[in-house]
Amino acid sequence: MNVSSNNTPPVSPWTTRPLVLQSRRPETPGVETFEFAEATSGIATGALGLPGQFNMLYVPGYGEAAISLSAPADNSGRHLHTIRTVGNVTQALFRLQPGEMVGCRGPFGTGWPLEACRENEVVMIGGGIGLAPLRSLIGWFRANPTGHRVSVLLGARSPEHLLYQPEYRDWEASGIQVHCTVDRATPSWQGHVGVVLTLMDRLSLPNPRNTIVLICGPEIMMRYSALEALERGIPADRIWLSIERHMNCAVGLCGRCQWGSHLICARGPVLRYDQLVHQWNVPAL
Amino acid sequence: MKEPLFLPREEFPTLIARLLDQGYRVIAPTVDQGAIVYAEIQSVDSLPRGWTDEQQPGRYRLKETGNSRCFDFAVGPHSWKQFLFPPLQRISTAIKGETGWTFAVHEPEIHRYAFLGVRACELAGMRVQDRVFLERGYVDTAYEARRQASLVIAVNCAVPSANCFCTSMQTGPRCEGGYDLALTELDEGFVLEVGSAAGADVLADWDLQQASAERMAASREVSLNAARSIQKTLDTQDLRDRLMAQLEHPHWQEVGERCLSCTNCTMVCPTCFCSHVTEVSDLDQQNVERERRWDSCFHLDFSMLHGRPVRNDIRSRYRQWLTHKLATWHDQFGESGCVGCGRCITWCPVGIDLTVEVKELCRDQP
Repeated sequence: MNVSSNNTPPVSPWTTRPLVLQSRRPETPGVETFEFAEATSGIATGALGLPGQFNMLYVPGYGEAAISLSAPADNSGRHLHTIRTVGNVTQALFRLQPGEMVGCRGPFGTGWPLEACRENEVVMIGGGIGLAPLRSLIGWFRANPTGHRVSVLLGARSPEHLLYQPEYRDWEASGIQVHCTVDRATPSWQGHVGVVLTLMDRLSLPNPRNTIVLICGPEIMMRYSALEALERGIPADRIWLSIERHMNCAVGLCGRCQWGSHLICARGPVLRYDQLVHQWNVPAL
Repeated sequence: MKEPLFLPREEFPTLIARLLDQGYRVIAPTVDQGAIVYAEIQSVDSLPRGWTDEQQPGRYRLKETGNSRCFDFAVGPHSWKQFLFPPLQRISTAIKGETGWTFAVHEPEIHRYAFLGVRACELAGMRVQDRVFLERGYVDTAYEARRQASLVIAVNCAVPSANCFCTSMQTGPRCEGGYDLALTELDEGFVLEVGSAAGADVLADWDLQQASAERMAASREVSLNAARSIQKTLDTQDLRDRLMAQLEHPHWQEVGERCLSCTNCTMVCPTCFCSHVTEVSDLDQQNVERERRWDSCFHLDFSMLHGRPVRNDIRSRYRQWLTHKLATWHDQFGESGCVGCGRCITWCPVGIDLTVEVKELCRDQP
């Protein structure tokens, strides 16, 4: 049957590019930032990734893992991925040394809403490793100042789990407000203690209808942060969340990351609260 | 398109011969292992002539009809998806050399299949999978190549089973397009309709008569009778919204206690498309292949979050399957994922009937 649907001959979604590991930078316990470079020249890497998108990093024999971009793509052909060692694939990544090679498919998925980011006050809320996909957006704000207020609320289990601490000063120097909190303080911690959504109290949100909220972290934290934002008068369609589900194909063909109405890899991972609210409170959906 | 033709029964072998001559591998219903299943054939002798199937929830039996018709049955456990979207596909390779890994997409061998005996519900199933694999952004290039290379010869359904409900899903029993050729079986032969240029090519220079008005009427009567014999119904009015409003209905638990989570319904379903990719490596991990296999939302580890299953009881997995098929499929693909073929009812070992469960689930909660 002739079922041809579009014009250009499509590329197989399984096409894998080689990347070479350049360096690893320890961040927090069990978390490192990996810098990769394209091993094949001539790839237009400037187009390879918007803040909030992810790559499928592949270690042959172990498999692929969906890892968000931790820096906006530039023309250097380099990719930064902050990775936490949790499963088989990430453990295999943590055994790699600079000079070794991995496979890469991507970038995939929706990114953060850059158009809305340009035109509004922005509150980013990150919990734990959830800061990684927000870091690429912070980098984008530093390169593209909008003239509107940009705040980052960060939460972690303990001070040693606060990701990217050495960079906060640079972020603030670019005019981005940074507020941190930890669940459990250590004797040397001088800052705020409590879950990340309590930091909302510190923010004045004079224009909730001209503010957008971007959240990434554990699902329970995202849920309560979104509710807090709603309570502050921020409309449901101005709250974006980066949703996590284990992904397999990354291109909407395998069904593994389905959550209710959405195939997270293709329709997400960044989704608006109003696209999720009908299914948010149904356990095990 | 050309006027419908008449293919006398004694000329039927010529159709198969022409397909074979034109380089097609003919896949058609055959009797094997107590069921009517799809397999490669070389002649009409392999078709289930004189056989029909009796189906009930959780029950399938073959029975002799005493007539010499070749297509007097409904659908069996197979669907054409196993040829267009094979259960096991090699998708890529990684080979380690001196300078690191070389990655390559595996280019599968594409067969020119002629699918003979495709029912209206199965045409609908193919269109549903076309949407999934071809029309939603990323294209499954291997599926596309297989689909393009295949020829679809539909056969209008004459004997629906007790589990069929294509009339509710508006997918049958009459084939209304999406085929290259379509047959309607009569005692003395077939009314033959041409649906595409590829279908016409098969018939090139073949001196077949136009079907008479009487035979055309008989062909339509076959479909009308089939439609009249279908007893099972599913009320599709606002079904997406009705189901999504009942995600916490106690009846999910009740079904969950009967469901074995065996995955049969997803394996026999002509639209279920879930898969997962696994690594197949040689012992020294120098040559690695990636294999894509059919998967099922009934597997405990199908959906994972932070290393734990998302749907950790059968209740939630059955709810996932049913709401995806009948509700959230609309959100993702703009249509239902169910074509009303009834396979999931027949091949459920405990006879769970989704049309019955939907009625319960849409009843107001006590």
